[in-house]
Amino acid sequence: MWAGIGFLWLPVILLVGYAFSADPVPFHWGGFSLRWFAALAANERLLEAAWLSLRVAAGSATLAMLLGGATGWVLARHGPFAGRALLGGLAGAPLVLPEVVTGLSLLLFFVTLEGATGWPAGRGALTVLLAHATLGTAYAAVVIQSRLASRDRDLEEAAQDLGASPATAFVTITLPLMAPALAAGWLLAFTLSLDDVVLASFTSGPAGTTLPVALFSMLRLGMTPEVNALATLLLLAAGLALALLGLLLRRRA
Amino acid sequence: MTPRLSLRGVTRHFGTVTALDGVSLDVAAGEFLALLGGSGSGKSTLLRVVAGFEAADSGSVHLDGADLAGVPPHRRPVNMMFQSYALFPHMNVTANIAYGLKREGRPRAEIAERVAQAIAMLRLEGMESRRPDALSGGQRQRVALARALVKRPRLLLLDEPLGALDANLRERTGFELRAIQRESGAAFVMVTHDQSEALALADRVAVMDRGRLVQLGAPREVYDRPATRFVAEFLGAANVLEGRSTGGGALECPAAACILRPAAPLPEGATAIALRPERIRLGPAIGDNTAAGTVEEAAFRGESSLLLVRLAGGALLRVSHAEEDGAPPERGTPVRVSWDADAVVPLLG
Amino acid sequence: MRFALRLIPGFWLALLVAAPLALVGLMALSWQAEGVPPYAPPWAGAGINPDNLRLLAEDPYYRDALLQSLAVAGATAALCLLLAVPMGIAIARAGRWREVLLATVLLPFWTGFLIRIGAWIGLLRDEGWINSLLRALGWTDQPLPLLYTDGAMLLGMVHAYLPFAVLPVFAAATRLDPLLEQAAEDLGATPRRAFLSITLPQLLPSLAAAFLLVFIPAAGEYVIPELLGPPDATLVGRVLFQEFFQSRDWPVASALAVALLALLIGPIILFQRLGRAA
Repeated sequence: MWAGIGFLWLPVILLVGYAFSADPVPFHWGGFSLRWFAALAANERLLEAAWLSLRVAAGSATLAMLLGGATGWVLARHGPFAGRALLGGLAGAPLVLPEVVTGLSLLLFFVTLEGATGWPAGRGALTVLLAHATLGTAYAAVVIQSRLASRDRDLEEAAQDLGASPATAFVTITLPLMAPALAAGWLLAFTLSLDDVVLASFTSGPAGTTLPVALFSMLRLGMTPEVNALATLLLLAAGLALALLGLLLRRRA
Repeated sequence: MTPRLSLRGVTRHFGTVTALDGVSLDVAAGEFLALLGGSGSGKSTLLRVVAGFEAADSGSVHLDGADLAGVPPHRRPVNMMFQSYALFPHMNVTANIAYGLKREGRPRAEIAERVAQAIAMLRLEGMESRRPDALSGGQRQRVALARALVKRPRLLLLDEPLGALDANLRERTGFELRAIQRESGAAFVMVTHDQSEALALADRVAVMDRGRLVQLGAPREVYDRPATRFVAEFLGAANVLEGRSTGGGALECPAAACILRPAAPLPEGATAIALRPERIRLGPAIGDNTAAGTVEEAAFRGESSLLLVRLAGGALLRVSHAEEDGAPPERGTPVRVSWDADAVVPLLG
Repeated sequence: MRFALRLIPGFWLALLVAAPLALVGLMALSWQAEGVPPYAPPWAGAGINPDNLRLLAEDPYYRDALLQSLAVAGATAALCLLLAVPMGIAIARAGRWREVLLATVLLPFWTGFLIRIGAWIGLLRDEGWINSLLRALGWTDQPLPLLYTDGAMLLGMVHAYLPFAVLPVFAAATRLDPLLEQAAEDLGATPRRAFLSITLPQLLPSLAAAFLLVFIPAAGEYVIPELLGPPDATLVGRVLFQEFFQSRDWPVASALAVALLALLIGPIILFQRLGRAA
């Protein structure tokens, strides 16, 4: 077990450590320095990509949370209805399809739609956002459905028994109890979006280079200390976000 | 007088399963009724039909004479205590109890006052700001009860109210439940699978089997005079002996190698009788209701011993032997058993 | 209201999942053409084009890409399982440290896999950390070729997918009754035998699920072979990218997607069965 955990963590820890090395050769210690962080701050192309990525991730995660919430809700609570199996299958499809297939299919769809209706005009942030929302919806739906599938049915009935209309029961009981799952779904979709190369490669035009796509093309040419610094910052951001979420969930519980 | 709750021919199917099969019964205002039955007897479905969570396929449900058909659960002046308690985990005790009053749109001061009363009545002082997961099982049960009672329902439905409690807490909570029912004046309908709970708490017991109401009566009446073989065996595990009518109002039972004579002549068509273990005496025969047998097993049970007596005809009889009557006979001892005529209860079906 | 609620996800999924997949199928039967987009659909006069799918079956380049992808995915999944079984069981039995350990295993998933792949590049390069270390220790004077090898690719894949394999094993191991192994030992089984005859059979469905959870996405993996693998590692994901972006042959790229899906449909169905059973 410890070997496994070491295997998972060692590269990451070394990466962070050497981000503070002054040596221009990555993973060579040349004394403590923040010069690569400074270089990063001056790299406008990367900063632009990062800003775009954050917006795309936030937008697609929000869309995914809402649509995944509706999907999960319908699958968990509407009992058997015509088309339920089809809905479940479609909702689960992005989870099991290889990314290259999903990416290709979405690009073909956007191109065809543009040919037929003129929208979306070209590929860029919007198409990447929609692609990520599609993937995120599938993940969010699973998280929310499994949360709803548990015993909370009793609670909704109890609320109605005490005089709450179904809508009131939803707002006062179901929604607060779903909130952690919704937050988890949002965060999952956000992370997926920030980590995705393949869908973004397919669905972004020249104007829609996200941070992972930029990082990928940098890594293709090999490793630079700048990448170390960037990765360290991303890790820090992920750690902070997770800590915040953990804190939020703990306070609720 | 209009009954508080009136059910007529309530039937409910789930696919090919008949959960409720023409159930009719009345509950008076201020009455405590127990719905007793095993799993799948339809007792919980009946409760959910009254609460409005299930619709009856046919039949009617009236509350104080008003038809409840089509009235959604949140508009029914009926409240339910769920088996799981269904306490809202994200609300503290006060908020849980106040929830129903808020839905009625009561003024803040009235809500506070009634919640405080409920908290006092169910001895929940000091727990007001706790969340359900910080409460013990007994406390949760009382919060669930308070939450339903604070609405002053005309009818309170209780789904296995003591089911989730430890055995030692159950007896005390049962007495409390009875006291609260008297105090609140509401009609209570309780679902339980525990016969001793039903007999101890309820004014009347309704025994259900496979979706049907098989017997309805006061606890003592249902226990002493079970109407069917199911009731006789479900309540207090009576001995059931089969035979054929002698024509003279008695039952000839080859397995017991004797003739069973009820106090009143055996009704037409009855081919079985029930005989409670505690109504059977050991020792010399008194009267002509008697049989001979051998003790096969003896189990000490504290205040009594349970003996299994093999009768000459082959039937195995459960006999309860009170401790105050001295040490029970040992295994292998030949004994004579006898009983009063009014202990012989003819069974119909 | 209830019906409307069903329509929203239904509409979204039909539009962004079902329709795009149908288009891939259609594209696989289309002709390559000059223009934007560079294809002619079957109804544009040329009719159905059967050549794309035939090409995949006959041209060893494409056929080998598909087969090699399955082999790499299988190896990745097997290696992940080998690590995940002891890890999942150990974490499930770690008592009060359980949550912390599980978080430790799952956290790298949240840190982004590109970063982790980048770290491996830094470690494995000719001038990288491992080679420097080996030289400093005097074990070698020439840098060992580590990066851009099949080994590096597998290493990266296992690293990226390991958390996916640990999770189902862990979940199944927490549901195990520890008394069963004790009962087996009480009946005379050695601890090893008790594990093999009692614990392992109960874990089997989740092991299969863990294997497929890695195998299915790994079969179409593009980024890791591209960054860590040898240039001649022609896996289906890379070939699909090449056909699409460099050759601009959308119909052949789509045919590759269809072929990949056809190969994976069995494992996908099996995976969903296992998921429903668990």
